[in-house]
Amino acid sequence: MGYLKKHPRLAQFTLLLIAFFLLVAVVTPSETNVLWRLPSLLAPLPGEINAFAEHLMFDWFPVQVYDSELKEYEQSALLREVTRGFSRSVLFLIEFIREILVGGVKTIVAFTGWQFIRENPWAMWPALPWTVVISGAMILGYTLSGRGLALLAGLALAYISIFGQWHPAMETLSFVLVAAPISIFLGLILGVSAYKSRVVAATLKPLLNIAQTMPHFSYLVPVTVFFGVGDHAGAIATIIFATPPMIRLTLLGLQNVPVEVVEAGMMCGSSDRQILLKVLVPTARRDILIGVNQVIMQCLAMAVIASFIGAKGLGFNLLLALNQLRIGQALELGICIVLIAVVLDKLSLAWANKQTDYFADLSFVERNKHSLLFLAVFAICVVLAFLGSVIFKGGINYLYLIPHNKGITTEWFWQAGVDWMIDSWYSSLQGFNRGLIVNVLQPMKNAYLGMPVSATFLLVMGVGYIVGGIRSALIVGGFLLFIALTEWWDRALITMYMASFAVIVSVTIGLIVGSVAAQNSLASKVALLVCDTLQTFPSFIYLIPVIMLFGVTDTSVLIAVIIYATIPATRYTIEGIRSVPPSLREAGMMSGATGLQRWISIDLPLAFPHIMLGVNQTVIFALFMVIIGAMIGTDDLGQYILKALSDKQGIGNGLMLGLCVAFIGLAVDHLIHTWAAERKALLGLT
Amino acid sequence: MSLDRETAPRQPVIKCSSVYKIFGDNANRMLREANGNVDAKAFQDAGCVVGVNNASFEVHKGEMLVVMGLSGSGKSTLLRCISRLTETTSGDIHIDGEDLLAMSNRQLIELRRNKMGMVFQSFALLPHKTVLENIAFPLQVKGMSTKDSMTRAMEMVELVSLDGRQNYFPRQLSGGQQQRVGIARSLAVEPDIWFLDEPFSALDPLIRKEMQDEFLRLQGVLHKTILFVTHDFSEALRLADRIAIMKDGIIEQLDTPANIVLKPATEYVRKFTEEVPREKVLKIKSVMDPLDNTEEFSDLKVSQNAIIETVAESVLSEKKAVAVVDDNGNVVGSIHASNMLYILFGKDDTTKVGG
Repeated sequence: MGYLKKHPRLAQFTLLLIAFFLLVAVVTPSETNVLWRLPSLLAPLPGEINAFAEHLMFDWFPVQVYDSELKEYEQSALLREVTRGFSRSVLFLIEFIREILVGGVKTIVAFTGWQFIRENPWAMWPALPWTVVISGAMILGYTLSGRGLALLAGLALAYISIFGQWHPAMETLSFVLVAAPISIFLGLILGVSAYKSRVVAATLKPLLNIAQTMPHFSYLVPVTVFFGVGDHAGAIATIIFATPPMIRLTLLGLQNVPVEVVEAGMMCGSSDRQILLKVLVPTARRDILIGVNQVIMQCLAMAVIASFIGAKGLGFNLLLALNQLRIGQALELGICIVLIAVVLDKLSLAWANKQTDYFADLSFVERNKHSLLFLAVFAICVVLAFLGSVIFKGGINYLYLIPHNKGITTEWFWQAGVDWMIDSWYSSLQGFNRGLIVNVLQPMKNAYLGMPVSATFLLVMGVGYIVGGIRSALIVGGFLLFIALTEWWDRALITMYMASFAVIVSVTIGLIVGSVAAQNSLASKVALLVCDTLQTFPSFIYLIPVIMLFGVTDTSVLIAVIIYATIPATRYTIEGIRSVPPSLREAGMMSGATGLQRWISIDLPLAFPHIMLGVNQTVIFALFMVIIGAMIGTDDLGQYILKALSDKQGIGNGLMLGLCVAFIGLAVDHLIHTWAAERKALLGLT
Repeated sequence: MSLDRETAPRQPVIKCSSVYKIFGDNANRMLREANGNVDAKAFQDAGCVVGVNNASFEVHKGEMLVVMGLSGSGKSTLLRCISRLTETTSGDIHIDGEDLLAMSNRQLIELRRNKMGMVFQSFALLPHKTVLENIAFPLQVKGMSTKDSMTRAMEMVELVSLDGRQNYFPRQLSGGQQQRVGIARSLAVEPDIWFLDEPFSALDPLIRKEMQDEFLRLQGVLHKTILFVTHDFSEALRLADRIAIMKDGIIEQLDTPANIVLKPATEYVRKFTEEVPREKVLKIKSVMDPLDNTEEFSDLKVSQNAIIETVAESVLSEKKAVAVVDDNGNVVGSIHASNMLYILFGKDDTTKVGG
């Protein structure tokens, strides 16, 4: 009793658990029992949303629009014309860049018409030979940074070309080159306005929170309704998804600019605009660049997901390869996506860090030597490509474009490897699989589904109360209530079961691996590098190997989720422990603590707030991946979101389901942040 | 300097009259009701913090006024009011006769671009710009061409002896070097008024001493009108023409270093001066007698800028008065051995003080 008095929270928690299990035991499962399941009062809401969206798109604010083909005025809704106009401009941009890279006729069509093309067979934009693009990228890399970057850019693009993925890679690139700058620009503008105005910041904050926890899929349905299907829709979905982190990081960076630096700018006589453009934004550069990096990563991650709504390129091919279970090809495509991500990331970083020499007195040739070099290389490559058309008469002109899947491929190697693995490990893998499902997953799933809604509320709100008082209890209760009132409570429970299983395993692995790696600076660096690399992989990549090994089961999804979600758990553990002041660790050592004692009584408690943020990330990552797991067949919320995608009336369902997932994430996010903040304050860390 | 003031009474460069800065939501109303008698306690109870409380003073051309106070005394707030980085709650501030508080944003920008320079405690360099670019920044903000601004910035680099490091980034420099960049930046536009907000507080003691010497050397060449904020009393004594000692927003005493040391006006000021070895901080100038032509001098001559301690022994060994000379060798005053004894050992405040 004395022990419980000393630890009031433990007492509260024990009481809470007792009450929880009592409720579980007492409440009888019955459709009409409100303590068992709440009535789905929100069931009509998706329909309302559909009707509202339809009204917006087709009836709201009618305007007269001139149809140039039918040569008459038509009645149309304002919003539809606006989204159409936007779609057209985005599509035009994508196709313009795409045709510079791989050639085509659509840009010319945009200015003339199909008629013109039919009458003039010569009117076609030629592709840049791949050699030109590679040399261009190398010269750019050299100008911006030096030999290393030039080599990286050259090798990456050469790999893509030689492996026959040039065409889809350029399609993906054109899509990223449109979506990323728009996201960066929007993010900067909104981030700056949030910095300048408290009202904007307060409005954006909840939106950003939801945007960050909504699964990728749920953006797709509304986008298809408002913008249709195709490359532009993919780009728009990507922009919607990639802009929030950019806003967040811009705002964070601006808020971290020291007051004195701004004052110094003012004392130099800067106008408001100069303060913003020459002082604030450049000083916040570090965070803003992380934002840019995130945008590029998101764009490439979305390259796969956007292919659901018609974006062409590597992502689409990857999806096909996955569906056909062609693991080798999927792997090669995955590498291409990662390579593009890495090259774009490094180029943008180098560009931002570029230095100028003011006192170099250079001639015109010297100043423009890189541009001149490019022109020379351009000419040489074009000549080569022309010669190529003579050499490879009638065949494939390898000096111009290597067509899709006509390059080298190592697919047979991977396929053989996978076959060998299945042959030799099949029985043990299946045994493991079955054992896990029967002994762990099924019972856990049943336990989650067997929880009366009243007990769930008691547990979650109780934890909220213990962690952050009545306010936290109400906040998490509110999130939960929304989900409980929809018709997908059982689905949400399954999502929660999968996510919590994955989180428990991921956090355990992350804590152990992270703690071990953090003992030594070299190991930490290596581990962080591995985390960085793994994080650049689009989430889909993780599904490739597991499907092959475990087939289409919950096990596959869970293993993919665990691999993916272990990354932040490990990273934050390492960062947290490495940031424990060395003097404290030394004090521990001088007190004669063993390594284990030091880990338990110094490292972990001090790193705890940071590790908790890692756990938070782990939860979010796990939720995202569980939803993406719907691709290979689960029966949770993700599956329903996927269904909403193919449903014409799916916008309401898609949004509501997305919100359900977001709210699970936000509830956990709220609890962890409150707890971590309290611990931080207690430890005197700010 | 005070001598200038006597010979040519001119318009002060900075003139503050009854400046108040009160932080808090209902500061204006509180101040109106207080009717000029601001009681910090009463304001605090009402949720206001008194930053500057009824500050009035003038700073003249070429003069260095050091504002000294502990943290929270309002010294930086006062500086920020005069540079208008903070809006003053009440009172008047005139810069070269112009009403600073009535200026529009545009006028203020013009004023800062041409007349003001400021050095910050934390250096406040732009992290993404090199030394050269940082120094050229105020020039480029004014609209000067890249070529001209870089040439001018390079001159400033040489002035603060950073040649060879002009392409370094601030993070690659030591604290002392960073502050040299800060100083060079603040001087690039050749301002008339130079604000320094605890410029050397973040530096190691040895570097601080070196930077103070460097600063005195620069001021010896440039003769700027300076407002210098510090919490270090000995720094104030070393540098100042006049010192303003602040406590809780009130200027406790504003006087020459010698008068502050020798005649502390309040108990608070006395506490600072108690520990100060006068002979180590005061110059002969501040304790000499005015020139009296009837007097007979010994052969020894001492410079008016000599620190007392360095010449005390030789002055004490002279029977007659010792002549005090300025930089050009003109006799400007005298000092007696008996007077020297007072300064070194006397505890009372009856010592005759010149100045």
